[in-house]
Amino acid sequence: MSGNILEKPQSFYSEYTRKPGADTLTTHYCPGCGHGVLHKLIAEALDDFGVREKAIFVSPVGCSVFGYYYFHTGNVQAAHGRASAVATALKRANPDSIVISYQGDGDLAGIGGNNILQAANRGENFTTFFVNNAIYGMTGGQMAPTTLIGQTTTTTPRGRTHENEGYPLRVAELLATLEAPVYLERVLIGDPKYTMKARKAVRKAIKAQIEGKGFSMVEALSACPLGWKMDPVDAKNWVQDVLVKYFPLGVTRDNISEVEGYVPGENGNGRKPLSDRELVKKIDIPSDETTTTYPLPEAEDRYKHSEIKIAGFGGQGVLSLGVGLSQMGMLQQYHVSWLPSYGPEMRGGTAHCHVKLSHNPIGAPLIEKPTILVPMNKPSLYKFEDSVVEGGDIFYNSSLIDTPPKRSDVNVYPVDATEIADGLGNTKAANMVMLGAIIAKTGLLDKEAVITEMKQIIKKEKYVELNQNAVQAGFDALQSVSG
Amino acid sequence: MSAKKSRGMIFFRVEECKGCALCVDACPVNVLELSSELNSHGYHPATYKGEGCTGCGVCYYVCPEPGGIKVYKRYDPEKHTAEVQ
Ligand SMILES: Cc1ncc(C[n+]2csc(CCOP(=O)(O)OP(=O)(O)O)c2C)c(N)n1
Ligand code: SF4
Ligand code: SF4
Ligand code: SF4
Repeated sequence: MSGNILEKPQSFYSEYTRKPGADTLTTHYCPGCGHGVLHKLIAEALDDFGVREKAIFVSPVGCSVFGYYYFHTGNVQAAHGRASAVATALKRANPDSIVISYQGDGDLAGIGGNNILQAANRGENFTTFFVNNAIYGMTGGQMAPTTLIGQTTTTTPRGRTHENEGYPLRVAELLATLEAPVYLERVLIGDPKYTMKARKAVRKAIKAQIEGKGFSMVEALSACPLGWKMDPVDAKNWVQDVLVKYFPLGVTRDNISEVEGYVPGENGNGRKPLSDRELVKKIDIPSDETTTTYPLPEAEDRYKHSEIKIAGFGGQGVLSLGVGLSQMGMLQQYHVSWLPSYGPEMRGGTAHCHVKLSHNPIGAPLIEKPTILVPMNKPSLYKFEDSVVEGGDIFYNSSLIDTPPKRSDVNVYPVDATEIADGLGNTKAANMVMLGAIIAKTGLLDKEAVITEMKQIIKKEKYVELNQNAVQAGFDALQSVSG
Repeated sequence: MSAKKSRGMIFFRVEECKGCALCVDACPVNVLELSSELNSHGYHPATYKGEGCTGCGVCYYVCPEPGGIKVYKRYDPEKHTAEVQ
């Protein structure tokens, strides 16, 4: 901040109204914590470069998880270790934005070690601030990948040994073995002469991003007085007297002046990000403009929000029935979600997916208590029968399930799906027979629209007609059944 | 430094101070101290001894609380008093 006055930067909220409780003026950090100083240096740089409005701050899991209380920027809170992956997506989807990924040592070097390695190796054009305080602060002082040999933590009560826990990771050096990063420096937050050097590095790293140069990271050695059980001044001194001996300060990479930057809308050279539009063209997803949409089908009230679980064995088209339902639902104005369940079950046993079709926006895609269960084989029925809500529906594949569901408080519909599909010439179409059957009884989707739009879900031209016939056959089979 | 005229000036927001004393430790001319009073969080907040601030800004940069400290590099009571209130 130039000018006569040094005060709270505009890139912080003047009051932290997102913070619960009465105190909306102070941060949640412990007295003397290095996080606050680094936050201030970042906020000041965003102010000075005039990029607050387009900045997105990615808060990690760790003590800085509440970054979004403080930074008056865009904010995203990422799952543990995933800040660099989330930052990648944010920057690629919004090449004009300035993305700040802020991570602790547990987050970046521990659980997120591979994420940062890959993001740096791809040369993603965002800026990482890596707080190395040699400990897990938030969870109460466990060993971090950066904990020093001999340092006691709650999980190394006799001190870290290399025989047991390996050596502390030097991330700035590790990333410097990669080709792509343009700027890597280790600094420390401590006495003013160090902190002012840190300030310079913070600004240089953010500037590199603004100029479209590529991946930059500043590693900041930083005090955690609480985790180290020291008073703030002693903790600050420990950083610059002890921690720094293992983690030497300085630049491990600086290619900034050699790299040609890419600034969206200004030049076409350098690190051109792959925009969504180009990607969509490449993988041939029909764009919105060319897609016909249909009105929301009229069905009973209970189908205004359906939670559908489809289960079977691999090869029965369980996951693609889910995709089909959600894709068709989308064309017919529903809010939809589709969540496949992977795992060891993919290899032989049961596979399943969760599909929601709703008149309202959907929060989480996971389903615990389905309103509609579609078991395609016996084990799936056994596994999920009890979870169906009272008054819900079970559409089961009676070709392969000879013992019908026992529940009397749900509507049970046998569908001879595999047999009917076999009759049409291909047992693989059993899933679409099931789709027709579900539509017949629930009115969730308009059948004619589903048949017309079959090419949206069946990519291979020669199978479109078979699947259209399968939907019709499943529909006919159940329409005559009462219930 | 007693006779030396202060060029700079420093203001603390008492309720945003956690009494960590990093500013006290860092001030090159030693014009800061922790108060014997407590703020509402139960910390002894940092205070200005009253004269000698050079406006160097060091305390601002070492303070972990974003709004804890405001520094005037050059302070003219006649010009600035109104805007500080
Ligand atoms: C997937 C997952 N695993 C573990 C945790 C528990 N956890 C929360 S914070 C943390 C360590 C954070 O340490 P660090 O990244 O060094 O940040 P600091 O708290 O020191 O700032 C862990 C292990 C979690 N929240 N999520
Ligand atoms: S536990 Fe450590 S890192 Fe977390 S806020 Fe407290 S001092 Fe900072
Ligand atoms: S601005 Fe400089 S001289 Fe004034 S109180 Fe702060 S550190 Fe001391
Ligand atoms: S550094 Fe900030 S929080 Fe710490 S005592 Fe000084 S004013 Fe208070």
